[in-house]
Amino acid sequence: MFQALHDPKLVWLYGGVLSLLVVSTLIGQALKVRRTTDASRSTIDNLNARIRAWWKMCAIFAIAIMVGRVGALVLFGLISFLAMREYMTLVPTRRGDHRTLFWSFFVIMPLQYYLIGIQWYGFFAIMIPVLAFVFVPTSIAIAGDTEHFLERAAKIQFGIMVCAYCLSHAPALLLLKIPGFEGHDARLLLYLVIVDQMSDVLQYVWGKLIGRHKIAWRVSPNKTWEGFVGGVASATALGTALWWATPFTPLQSAGMSLMICLLGFAGGLVMSAIKRDIGIKDFGVVIEGHGGILDRIDSLCFAAPIFFHLIRYYFVP
Amino acid sequence: MSTQIHPVASLLAAIARGITGVQVQWAGCEPSQRQRIYFANHSSHLDFVVLWSALPAEIRARTRPIAAKDYWEQSALRRYLAAKVFHAVLLERGAVAKAQHPEEAHFVGRHLMDQMADALGNENSLILFPEGTRGTGEKIAPFRSGLYHLALRRPDVQLVPAYLENLNRILPKGEFVPVPMLSLLTFGKPLQVEPDEQKDLFLERAREAVAGLRRIGSA
Repeated sequence: MFQALHDPKLVWLYGGVLSLLVVSTLIGQALKVRRTTDASRSTIDNLNARIRAWWKMCAIFAIAIMVGRVGALVLFGLISFLAMREYMTLVPTRRGDHRTLFWSFFVIMPLQYYLIGIQWYGFFAIMIPVLAFVFVPTSIAIAGDTEHFLERAAKIQFGIMVCAYCLSHAPALLLLKIPGFEGHDARLLLYLVIVDQMSDVLQYVWGKLIGRHKIAWRVSPNKTWEGFVGGVASATALGTALWWATPFTPLQSAGMSLMICLLGFAGGLVMSAIKRDIGIKDFGVVIEGHGGILDRIDSLCFAAPIFFHLIRYYFVP
Repeated sequence: MSTQIHPVASLLAAIARGITGVQVQWAGCEPSQRQRIYFANHSSHLDFVVLWSALPAEIRARTRPIAAKDYWEQSALRRYLAAKVFHAVLLERGAVAKAQHPEEAHFVGRHLMDQMADALGNENSLILFPEGTRGTGEKIAPFRSGLYHLALRRPDVQLVPAYLENLNRILPKGEFVPVPMLSLLTFGKPLQVEPDEQKDLFLERAREAVAGLRRIGSA
């Protein structure tokens, strides 16, 4: 335990995140002193609330990584659980789905993380896309309610795929055996999360500063071309600058970061479309106080599996 | 009745809150020490425990559920939970309907009212599910008349409507394993029987007061 702290490059990453938090807190407080109008006040209060939340999220994440593989698995397992809870609460299900949902929460999802824990890659990769894919419609059919059958089966399958399968590829990075990089895989996980989340944050910041032209106003009114280009470019630059923490060359790191940013954007856009479809603004807003975990990790859900497989294909012999 | 909360009751309340992640909103009134009858929609075995656990501890200690005798006396475990753990007031369901003649019905009904009024006493509150049985959660069934008679008998007791959301999806009737979705509990504005208000009108008004608190999926 805590062997992570013996890795100086990991400590540098931690230090970088910590200084970023300190700087943004200072900026947030400075803006609070200077605020003038009521409109800017609410934006700045919202910004400061976000920064406070970031402190907490980074602390939890840092501790989990320090504990090691088990810590990361428990943390991501918990995030998967909470995300799927939000998703299934808001997606209409019927009485006939009850048993299927029970299995999804208490068997399929824990099994997925268990398979990472015992490092059984072959089963981990196919369990949900193959076995759960067959299991879900079958068990709904056995329950006997055929109303909206296809919709219900598809919605549950999608939820399991996004919340359990896709997300579990983030801690699964710790399974990868990259020659010359043994024992440092926690850095890869941190790299993915930093670039992905900073891409979200920087898109928000650029969008607030110079955002004008909406990308898909029907889906997500806050996403602008200026925010998108500025955010993706600056997060990619950040990811490139972090190449020393990864097995990548600077150029490879730039490519990986760009890929993470673009897929993160895609994940956010898709989850926004789902929210519009259900008729809510945030996954967290309807259930006050429950934070909207799904809103936070939607970008990670799309970026994690592809990041995982790119590394596995190109860097693991 | 004792004002001590049974440890098993506290444990079950904590478990129910964990499974349902319930968010409580006092929309029409504040938590209060005064005597009240909380009445809510009924779709799950979790309904009572969740509603009860949402009350502050000192109020919880003096709040008892009204429950069906036929169901809660079926096994030793149920008897134990009803009598010892939650101090439930067990009433015979459908006793009035089963009565042979009007006089007997009147007598039986009076006896039920006596039991509820006794349970209220001078300091207790009650939790009541006026539908009388668990429904599917889609619609709220017409209310039984107990609420009306009790309200007439004890006009000093506040009638607080409450809506329990999603519990029918977490643990529906007939299932024994829960699915951990999130739920909401909303307490509404207290209501009372208006002078000369007829039974059916009041019961429908009370039902609408509960239905009006629904927040998700209401059209």
